[in-house]
Amino acid sequence: MALNVLDLEKPIAELDKNIAALKTVSEEEGVDRSVEIAELESQRDNLISQIFANLSAWDKTLIARHPSRPYTLDYIRAIFDDFIELHGDRLFADDKAIVGGFASLSGRPVMIVGHQKGRDLKERQYRNFGSAKPEGYRKALRLMKMAEKLGIPIISFIDTPAADCSFGSEERGISEAIARNMYEMSMLTVPVVVVVIGEGGSGGAIGLAVGNRILMLEHSVYSVIPPESCAAIIWRDPTKGPQAAECLKITAQHALENGLIDEIIPEPLGGAHRNYDAAAASLKAAVIRNLEELSELSAEDYAKDRYAKFRNMGIFGTEPQE
Amino acid sequence: MAPDGWFRRKGNAAGKAARKHLDALPDGLWTKCPKCGEILFSKELEKNLKVCSKCSYHFKLGAVERLAIMVDEGSFVETDAGLVTINHLSFPDYESKLAKGCANSGLNDGMVSGTASIGGHSVVICVADFGFMGGSMGSVYGEKISRAFERGIETGSPVIIVNTSGGARMQEGLVSLMQMAKTSAAAAKFGRTGLMYISILTDPTMAGVHASFAMLADIIIAEPGALIGFAGQRVAAQAQVIKPPQGFQLAEFQLEHGMVDMVLPRRDMKDTLAKILAMGARR
Repeated sequence: MALNVLDLEKPIAELDKNIAALKTVSEEEGVDRSVEIAELESQRDNLISQIFANLSAWDKTLIARHPSRPYTLDYIRAIFDDFIELHGDRLFADDKAIVGGFASLSGRPVMIVGHQKGRDLKERQYRNFGSAKPEGYRKALRLMKMAEKLGIPIISFIDTPAADCSFGSEERGISEAIARNMYEMSMLTVPVVVVVIGEGGSGGAIGLAVGNRILMLEHSVYSVIPPESCAAIIWRDPTKGPQAAECLKITAQHALENGLIDEIIPEPLGGAHRNYDAAAASLKAAVIRNLEELSELSAEDYAKDRYAKFRNMGIFGTEPQE
Repeated sequence: MAPDGWFRRKGNAAGKAARKHLDALPDGLWTKCPKCGEILFSKELEKNLKVCSKCSYHFKLGAVERLAIMVDEGSFVETDAGLVTINHLSFPDYESKLAKGCANSGLNDGMVSGTASIGGHSVVICVADFGFMGGSMGSVYGEKISRAFERGIETGSPVIIVNTSGGARMQEGLVSLMQMAKTSAAAAKFGRTGLMYISILTDPTMAGVHASFAMLADIIIAEPGALIGFAGQRVAAQAQVIKPPQGFQLAEFQLEHGMVDMVLPRRDMKDTLAKILAMGARR
């Protein structure tokens, strides 16, 4: 537990510890300490509200990357029934950094694709830290095209620091894979709902994120470049990530302000990692509502709607021409 | 450490002296090849389409220079020149970088779009300029590309894009990333019309541009020696990628790995384009 506590969470963890201790004592001694416990819990919740009301862009980045934060498979387990995972791109390999397959959402079939990070060191390596290779994007595309063929809606979970940029990924055309996904996703004739659940890391994210609806969890981030890399380029100093995060305005709130996403999904108090079930319930309700709204469109309209959505993204001025 | 440092300093001093010597020559009369170091007579270099006569190094070309050697004389008509950048994130130093880019390139964005003819074939053409903030893609850039595809659809013309870019323009934040999706969607829309799209990758074509519309063409042509890839070298170094082999991410590497149709010397570009356009002309 203590290992997975962010600096900003330390005062909260302190109170959590006291509460846990009090509970143990009251159980062991059979003394009713419920008043004290309730008092401390309300103190803790106030503290969380205070801390979370003033999060910087960098704090949000750290929460989005929180090692205890629920990942794609956690949400799949909590939200869907009968997940049938499908593997491989039929071209080269099965990328463990992207998972996908059929599942049932409140009784209706959907296709899920999403980045998957690992929890411990071994699993992180297995998942390549959520950095997908060309075969991951190509697997996702294969599944999305299958969904299109079967007329099944697609739900895409975004949670990646960036696409993999190893030698092998360059050899096999990581750029082409990402570009191809955006190209094909833009034309899909089924509804696509994208949810940024943690890190929306640049090209690695957008390669799965051309949807009719783009939702972001309250403490997720979405950025054109990792703040550390931005700092490395601008100031030649990767430790200035916090300043870069501020400049890049990578929070869900900013993305909504700029009209680049449709909705922010509220997280439980203190972030999704403090209550998986509540986070999953919140996410599930938002996805179902968006799919219901989209169900009014016809098959050709899904592509048109997506095109119009992305075509309008751009902030520029126009000068009169002589 | 000390001797090493001394030598390095000596080297720099020698370099400075050589540069001083060069500076003393009449302005712009000579140009040094950055690859082989050959001192080239500028007029000869121009005549050779800015390709080193000794080592065939392809110098970077500005958008205007590129158009001059690629399209039929006098055929280029610029479109969408009135689109201007807004620093909507109040990103530090963005305005000064834009001003510097304007001064460097004589353009108001890193992307120039318009219509032209090549060997008599009408085309919609976009040309990037690395001198403008490293050819990075922001809102104006993405809009020009998207409009170019739409213009291609309206006029029934093939689209040619000459790329050079360091990637998405981080000074515009997330909206720059969205230009990747926007331009790719536009390429997809164009792709359904039965018209040809040709992408030319020049030195360097990286990251957000490489990973979107630049790789979505029917025909992809690279200039010799051009750096082409997904991860910029500084970013890749930060991600602690193992030291890549020689020639990694060069045009020839991309050809070897099936990512481009051909690596074409600059002098053959215009004629080859004309031939390809003839093949792709709608019947």
